[in-house]
Amino acid sequence: MSKHHVTSTVNGEPVEFLCEPQETLLDILRDQLDLTGSKEGCSSGDCGACSVTIDGRLVCACLVLGAEAEGRKIETIENMAEGDTLHPLQQKFLEEAALQCGFCTPGFLVAAKSLLDRNDNPTETEVRYWLAGNLCRCTGYDKIVKSVMDVAAEMRGE
Amino acid sequence: MHDFAYHRPQSLEDAANFLRTAEDPLLMAGGQTMIPTLKQRLAAPSDVIDLAEVPGLVMIDVKKAQVSVGAMLTHASVASSPEVQAALPALAGLAGNIGDMHVRNRGTLGGSIANNDPAADYPAALIGLGATVHTSKRQIAADDFFTALFETALAGDEIVTSVDFPVPELAAYMKFDHPASRYAVVGVFIAKFGTDVRAAVTGAGPCVYREAQMEEALTRDFSPSALADMTISPDGMNTDLYAGPEYRANLVKIMATRAVEAALKGGG
Repeated sequence: MSKHHVTSTVNGEPVEFLCEPQETLLDILRDQLDLTGSKEGCSSGDCGACSVTIDGRLVCACLVLGAEAEGRKIETIENMAEGDTLHPLQQKFLEEAALQCGFCTPGFLVAAKSLLDRNDNPTETEVRYWLAGNLCRCTGYDKIVKSVMDVAAEMRGE
Repeated sequence: MHDFAYHRPQSLEDAANFLRTAEDPLLMAGGQTMIPTLKQRLAAPSDVIDLAEVPGLVMIDVKKAQVSVGAMLTHASVASSPEVQAALPALAGLAGNIGDMHVRNRGTLGGSIANNDPAADYPAALIGLGATVHTSKRQIAADDFFTALFETALAGDEIVTSVDFPVPELAAYMKFDHPASRYAVVGVFIAKFGTDVRAAVTGAGPCVYREAQMEEALTRDFSPSALADMTISPDGMNTDLYAGPEYRANLVKIMATRAVEAALKGGG
C-alpha cells in the first residue's frame, strides 16, 4: 500500500513523515521521530502508557493512525521539562516516589498535566476519574494521586 | 494490522462512494474499537475510510424538546456540553462515564451506535429516549436501528450523520460497569414522557432491548417500589467470566430501580 505524506506539529516543531496506513502515531513517534518517552504497553488503549495530546486532547497514541496526525498539534512527554528544569509534576513524582518501574510514568505525567492545564483545583475523585485510563502495576496509585494533588496546591500558591 | 488503504474523504458523498466501490471497506469514526479490532486481526478491510474531515458531522443543536448530536461528536464533547448538561443531564452523564478520558476524547456517538456492541452505553440512550437516527439516506427510529449482536439496520453504503434525542420529562441511566473496561455489565436507561415510560437495557442480552414489564409497571406508578416485586428472566442473557445470566437478570432490576430513583431526583 502507498505511504502517506503527513505534515504535523510535534512539541511545537513542524515535522513531516511518511507512514504506512497501518502504522500508528505511537509507531511514528518512537520509530521515526525518536521520541521514545511514550511507551507501548498494551497496544490496545487500556493502559495509557502511550498518552499524548492531540490539539490539546489526551489520547492513546497507539489508537491513532499516523496518517490521522495530518495538520494536528501533538505534544509528548519530551515537551514537559524545560531544558534541565523538570516540570513540577515530574519533580513531585520523584520527591514522593510516585513511580517504581517507571514504565507508566510518562503516560501519567502527560495525563496529569492535561488535567492541571484545565483545572488547578481538582478533588481527589476528579484526579482519579481523569487518570482512570492510566494503569500502574507498581505503586497502587495513592502516591501518584497525592503528587498530582500536591502540585495542584502549589500551583494555587498554597 | 493487515495492510489497508487509508482514505480521508472531504464530503459525505465521497465517503459513500468509497463504501460502494472499495472491495471490503470499513468506516472509521473515533477508532477506539476499530483500531484494536484491526490489531487483533478480527477485521481485515481493504480500505479504511476516515470520517474526520467530512463536514457537518460535529455539531450539537439543543432545542427545548430535542437534543441533536452529530455522529462524529466525541463522548467528551457531549459530556462537557453545558447545553446538553442542562437539557438532558442523563445523556451528558452517560457520555461522561464511557470508558476513560482517552477513549472519550476520541470515541464518537456514530461509531458507538454503528458498532452496536452489546455492552455499549449509547444504544441504551437511543432506545430509552426513542431517538431518531439520521443517515446519509434516511431517518431510522432507534427501535428499528439495533437489530442483533453487532448488527444494525444500516445498509452497506449508509453513514450515520446525527441522532435526535427527544427531551423527556424525567430520565436517568444507571450502569453496573466492569471495573477495568467500564463497559456496562448491565446498564438501564429509564425515561418518562408524560404518561409514556421507556426502559432500555444494555449489557444483559446480545443486543439492547426494551423491558416491557418494567415499562408497564412504571407507567402505572413511576416509583422504585413499582419494580420491587418484579422478576426478570435470565433466559437468553449474556454470560462471561464476570457475570452469569442470573446475576445479570438481578442487575437489570437493581439498575432500573436506581435509575428511577435518580430520575426522580433530576437525572444523571
